[in-house]
Amino acid sequence: MNEKYQVSVSPHVRDSISTRKIMLFVIIALLPACIVGVVNFGPYALLILCVSVASSVAAEYCYERALKKPVTTGDLSAVVTGLLIGMNMPPQIPWWIPVIGSVFAIVVVKQVFGGLGQNFMNPALGARCFLLISFSSEMTNYAAGRGLTSLVTKVASTTDALSGATPLAYLKTGAHFDLGALFLGNVQGVIGETSAIALLAGGIFLLVMQIIDWKIPVIYLGSFAVLVLITAAARGYSNPLEFTAEELCAGGIMLGAWFMATDYVTSPITPKGQVIYAVFLGVMTWLYRMIGNSSEGVSYAIILANCIVPLIERYTRPRAFGIRKDKRQKEAGKA
Amino acid sequence: MGLFTFKGGVHPYEGKELSAEKPVEAIKPGKELVYLLSQHIGAPAKPIVAKGDRVLAGQKIAEAGGFVSAPVHASVSGTVSKIEKRKNATGGYVDAIVVENDGLYESVSFEEADPDKLSREEILNRIREGGVVGMGGAGFPTAVKLSPKDPSVVDHVLVNGSECEPYLTSDYRCMLECPEKIVGGLEIILKLFKPECRGIICIEDNKPKAIEIMRKAVSGKSRMSVAVMKTKYPEGAERCLINAVTGRYVNSRMLPADAGCVVDNIDTVIAVYDAVKYGRPVIDRVFTVSGDAPVNPRNFRVPVGMNYAEIIDAEGGFKSAPEKVISGGPMMGFALYDLDIPVTKTSGAITAFLKDEVSRSKPSACINCGRCVKGCPARLLPCKLADFAEHSDAKSFEEYYGLECVNCGSCSYSCPAKRPLAAEINMMRQTVLANKRKNK
Repeated sequence: MNEKYQVSVSPHVRDSISTRKIMLFVIIALLPACIVGVVNFGPYALLILCVSVASSVAAEYCYERALKKPVTTGDLSAVVTGLLIGMNMPPQIPWWIPVIGSVFAIVVVKQVFGGLGQNFMNPALGARCFLLISFSSEMTNYAAGRGLTSLVTKVASTTDALSGATPLAYLKTGAHFDLGALFLGNVQGVIGETSAIALLAGGIFLLVMQIIDWKIPVIYLGSFAVLVLITAAARGYSNPLEFTAEELCAGGIMLGAWFMATDYVTSPITPKGQVIYAVFLGVMTWLYRMIGNSSEGVSYAIILANCIVPLIERYTRPRAFGIRKDKRQKEAGKA
Repeated sequence: MGLFTFKGGVHPYEGKELSAEKPVEAIKPGKELVYLLSQHIGAPAKPIVAKGDRVLAGQKIAEAGGFVSAPVHASVSGTVSKIEKRKNATGGYVDAIVVENDGLYESVSFEEADPDKLSREEILNRIREGGVVGMGGAGFPTAVKLSPKDPSVVDHVLVNGSECEPYLTSDYRCMLECPEKIVGGLEIILKLFKPECRGIICIEDNKPKAIEIMRKAVSGKSRMSVAVMKTKYPEGAERCLINAVTGRYVNSRMLPADAGCVVDNIDTVIAVYDAVKYGRPVIDRVFTVSGDAPVNPRNFRVPVGMNYAEIIDAEGGFKSAPEKVISGGPMMGFALYDLDIPVTKTSGAITAFLKDEVSRSKPSACINCGRCVKGCPARLLPCKLADFAEHSDAKSFEEYYGLECVNCGSCSYSCPAKRPLAAEINMMRQTVLANKRKNK
C-alpha cells in the first residue's frame, strides 16, 4: 500500500463550464449582429471591429506584463470588451479612436480596479461614454458611406434610413420609422446596434445556453416598453403600439439590454436585486429618451445603474432557507 | 402529479449505470477487522472487551458512551488483538478495537421478536442495542432520532431513497432486493408515532424500477406512500427533502422533528427492521464500489470493520493507478490518501477516479455570474460568503447566514472560476461555531 492518492475537500467534481467558455458563448452570440453591421456598413466596419478587439487584448496583455501580474487574456473577457467597443463605434470612425477607447476600458475601467470581476462599471460602456465626451463629433457622425444596402430588397422605403439622422432622432419627434428596417438592421447607427433581430437571436442563444438569466433583459425591455407606450398614448402619437415597437428596435437598447446590462460583474447577483436593477434601467432609459433632451440614453442608464449595484445588493440580501422574517429582526436585535 | 422538488441544486453526472444493475454480493473479510468506536455522532462507544478476549459475530464489543451514542458489534468471530487509535476516512485517528478474524464466522444467537407485541420502549431499546445509526452518512443514533421531545408533533416519517449522490447505488439495490424489509422497518417506525403519522418513501425519478417496486410494496398499507422526486443534487439532503415533500422549512437551529418530520435513510430503515424483528445488530452494510477506475464497479454487502483495500481487491482492483479515491461519492465524500481505512456503519461507497478534476482546475477571479446563488439549496450568496471567509469577516459571514450552509458543495461544483467556495465557507463556518462555543 505505497501509492498515495490526491486529497482535496469535497466536492470532487466540477461542472464543465468555465469563465473562458462563458466568454466564448458571449462572443458567438455577438457575431450575428457584427455580421449584419459589416454587411450593412462595409469592410471598414470589419476593420474597426478587429482593431477594437486587438487593441483591447493588447492593452490587457501589456498592462499585466508591465505590472508582473498573471496574464489573463486567455479568459477571453478582453475580447468581449473589445468587440463591444467596436460594435459601439459609428461606421466611419477614425481607427485610432476605438484604440483609445479600448485602452481606456481595459486599463482605467477594468485593471486599475483590480481586473476581471472587480470593475464597478461595464468597461465597454465606460469607454463609449469617455469617447462620446472626448470626441463628440466623430462619435456622433453616423454617415453611412459605402454600405451595402442590398440586405433588404425593400430598400425603397428605407431611403430615409440611410440618409443621415439616426432612427432615434426621428422617433424623438414622435414620427414613425420603418419598423421592418429597424428590425433587420438596414438603418443608421453604430456598427453593432442596428439589427434588432440579430441581437435578439444572440440574446436568445445566451438564454438557451443558460449564460444569462431572463430577468434583466426581459424586465428592462418590458418596463421601458410599458412606459413608452403610456407616454406615446398620452402624447397622442398615432399608433402608440407601433411607436413602442420602433423604440424597442432602434438605438442601443437591444445591444444594451441583452449584452451590457447583463454583464455579470456589474449587475446584481441577488434575484430580487436583478429585478430592481432592470426596472431602474427601464425607467432611466425612458427618462433619457422620452423626457430628456437627448435621443439616446441606454449607455448612461446602464452606467448609472452599474454604480448603484452595490447598494441594490445590500438591500436585497436574500433570506436563507428556513429563516423567517420575524426571526431575522429578532436576530438583528440580539446582535 | 408533479414531481416533488426544492429550489436550487445542480445536476452533476450521475454515473449510476456503472453499478446500478449489479446485485449485492457477499464478501469475505480478511485477517484483521477494525471497529472504530466513533462511527456515529455523539460520545464514542466504550470498549467492553479486553485484549485477548474471544468474540463472536454479532457480539457487542463496545457499549454506548452516553445518551447520544451507539454500541458497536463485532462482525466476525475471532480474538481481540489490540485496542488502539486507527485512522478513519476523514484522516483523523480515533480509538478502535482490532479483531483477529479466525475465519469460523461463529455467531451469537439473536433473539427474535414480534414487532406487534413490543411496547414503544422495547422497540426503541432494540434499536438502541442494535447500534443502529443514520447510515446515510451522518451517523446520528437512530433511537435518539426516533424519540423526540414531543413524539406527537411528528406527522411525517420520510424514508430517504433519493440517493442523489452521484455513482452511489446501494440504496437503489436495497429497494430492488428487499422492499419488504423497508416496508417492515417503516411499519415499526410508524408504531412510535401517532396514528395520523404517514410514512413516505422518497425516490428520485431516475430510478423508475425502484419506484415501481416500492409502490407495489406499499400498496394496501394505508399509512404509507411513495413520493417521486425530481432528480437533482442535493435532493436527499435532509432539509431539501423535507421541503420538497412537505413544503416545510428547517433551518440550522431546528431539528426535523420541529417541522413534524423524521428522515431516515433506506439502509437505516432496514437496520431498524433487522434489529427489532430479528435482534440482529448492525454488523454489515450495502456498499458501492464505482467510478472510472475500478475494473468491475459493483455492490457488496460488506462487514463493518473490513479494510477498504480488501474490498478493492475483491472488486477486481483498479484499471490503472487512480489519482483520486473517495470514501463516499464525489459530491460529499472524503478524499483518501491511501486505502487503509476500515468500513464503518456510515460508509456507503468507495468511488475512484483515474483523473482528479479538482487538482487540474485553477481558481480564478469571481465574475459574479450567480451560478453559485442559483445552485445553493440554502438560498445563500456563496461567492460573497467565500469573500467574507477569505477576509475572516465573521460578522458579515453571519449576517449573510453563512451558518445555514449545509456543505453540499453545489456552489463549488457550479463555479466557472473554479473557486473552492464550499471549502472556504465550511472552514469559516466551523471557526465561527467554535468561537461561539468558546464564548458561551
